[in-house]
Amino acid sequence: MWYLCVFFHRLLDYRKPEVESLAQLFGAIEDPRNDDLPFQLQWKLPPNYHTDSPFHFVNLPSEQLAHDIAARSILVKGMYELWGEGSSYEELKESVLSYPDERKLPYLDSDSTFKITVDGFGKVISLEEQKELIQGLSYIPFKGRVKLKNPDHNFWLIEVDNYGGNNGLPPIVQKRIFFGREVGGADRKLIPTYQLKSRNYLGPTAMDAEMAFLMANQALATSGKLVYDPFVGTGSVLVAAAHFGAMTMGADIDIRVVRDGRGPDCNVWSNFKQYGLPMPVGLLRADNNLPPWRSTLKEVFDAIICDPPYGVRAGGRKSGGRKLLRGAVEPYTVPDDKRTDHIPSTAPYSLVECVHDLLDLAAKMLVMGGRLVFFYPVLREDDFAEDHFPEHPCFKLISLSEQILSSRYSRVLLTMVKTGPYTEEIAEVARIRHIEFKENHVKWLEDGNLHSAVFSPADGHLTEAGDPKLIKDPKPKYRGKYV
Amino acid sequence: MRLLTHNMLSSNIKGVVNGFPLRIEAEKVAEKSVEMNREFLKKMFQKVHWKAFVDASRAMGYTELPEKADSSMLNSDEFLNRFHHALLELHLEEGALVCPETGRRFPVNKGIPNMLLPQEEVLLSIIIC
Ligand SMILES: C[S@@+](CC[C@H](N)C(=O)[O-])C[C@H]1O[C@@H](n2cnc3c(N)ncnc32)[C@H](O)[C@@H]1O
Repeated sequence: MWYLCVFFHRLLDYRKPEVESLAQLFGAIEDPRNDDLPFQLQWKLPPNYHTDSPFHFVNLPSEQLAHDIAARSILVKGMYELWGEGSSYEELKESVLSYPDERKLPYLDSDSTFKITVDGFGKVISLEEQKELIQGLSYIPFKGRVKLKNPDHNFWLIEVDNYGGNNGLPPIVQKRIFFGREVGGADRKLIPTYQLKSRNYLGPTAMDAEMAFLMANQALATSGKLVYDPFVGTGSVLVAAAHFGAMTMGADIDIRVVRDGRGPDCNVWSNFKQYGLPMPVGLLRADNNLPPWRSTLKEVFDAIICDPPYGVRAGGRKSGGRKLLRGAVEPYTVPDDKRTDHIPSTAPYSLVECVHDLLDLAAKMLVMGGRLVFFYPVLREDDFAEDHFPEHPCFKLISLSEQILSSRYSRVLLTMVKTGPYTEEIAEVARIRHIEFKENHVKWLEDGNLHSAVFSPADGHLTEAGDPKLIKDPKPKYRGKYV
Repeated sequence: MRLLTHNMLSSNIKGVVNGFPLRIEAEKVAEKSVEMNREFLKKMFQKVHWKAFVDASRAMGYTELPEKADSSMLNSDEFLNRFHHALLELHLEEGALVCPETGRRFPVNKGIPNMLLPQEEVLLSIIIC
């Protein structure tokens, strides 16, 4: 059945992937065909709406599922059984009247309580007007009692006005009125509850609560699953996974962060305690470049979620359009007063190598069907060239969601599913590459663009592309990508 | 550090072929009860190296685990309780994990195993975020 899915008008690229992930989590696929990945729902738009609009229709097998998805989501404002729509109130009335009675009457009976909410998008509707609009719905035989708090049935009248046309782009929505019965919506209270402002132990790169929850949803975090973050820092990503019931495990190279924090009541553990969440089952100090796992251990994590350490200096090339950031950071030397547990070295951890290690780890340690969810930085010098993202024979990329950070940088949340087993051959290729990285560190630093098969053969075109503007259509941008 | 983590770790010192299992030197062990999740336990049972797990539990002072185990035992509540307790409720707070080949010690402080040794062959891959 088709449901009207109304999103919050933010993080535009993250919205459909979240719903698709949750559909999978709650079992929308009755007969999982592994080779049919990526699993996709059917979507459609109201007439002449742009895909960046908050108003979409999604086809879901049951109302229960629509409810579960919306309730667990972060970006679904509401999921509705649509009773009618139109570009005028006359059209709406006709449409509602022709909606089958057997779908409507069960929700209108005299034993039930209900509430009608009027909402505007692209316009403000005064209380006075709202009252009138509700009275205008008298053609619907409501028999129940009005109850404003926790009614049995929530009805919504949503009036949309032309919107989003003021930046030289076509409007994303056009005048339209929807009337429907709510079947579920996001619990946005989670976000203030978990906001970083109130987080006990904070680091400079802690992930904000909303994004951490989106990452956990992409990873299908849930009770009984084990989720690993190899760059755990202050634990903000795992906190979100733990909120959804997952067991968590994390590692970080910085022992001061992972072991000490700022004292006995201000550390990674206390960030879980603060919300009454179960503690991580393990925290350790380890270098992701030198994994500490026993060689016979495979397929143990259900998901790996992380924000890898991309301390990146932009690569300088101008041709080739939107380049991936593949420069290395300046060598990092541990200051003298911090030299406690290790002999520091000046080896840089390049983006390419970091991603190589991450994919190799994930290929080995994720269960089949397990998910790798991580951020990947891109330089947005222009929007024309096609992006190239890391690839791996064990993985299928199922979604990529961009968030613009500044005029120059974006970060893209990649969600990959493990679709192939970690074979001897793959392990051997990875082992050789690992050694190459070690040997080539200095050289790599010098020319800054060692070709890595992690980026797939297609990557080569980045250096030799002609005018990329001729190849790709510009992707219209909306404010929502910035928020 | 819980024994689940111990069972997953091995010595990653360069040149070491058989770094598993790490021998536990226990200075301070704590017990903290956590809620049991059967589904999780059943999944982890398939992944645990049993012999190493039993030895590790003894090093932590717990001797109730059977020498041998197979998945049919997961139907017994008594077994599940013991497995749960040893896997998730025993914590090594202070001590060390000793590499079986080189004898080098990975310290465990405040419950955190430090799997990076101060040694030349380890190239620290730190980067600034
Ligand atoms: C972008 S931050 C992630 C922050 C984390 N999400 C949080 O909530 O604080 C990256 C983390 O990776 C760690 N790191 C850097 N290089 C590493 C390596 N080679 N292995 C493991 N961790 C590393 C840093 O210490 C830092 O805590």
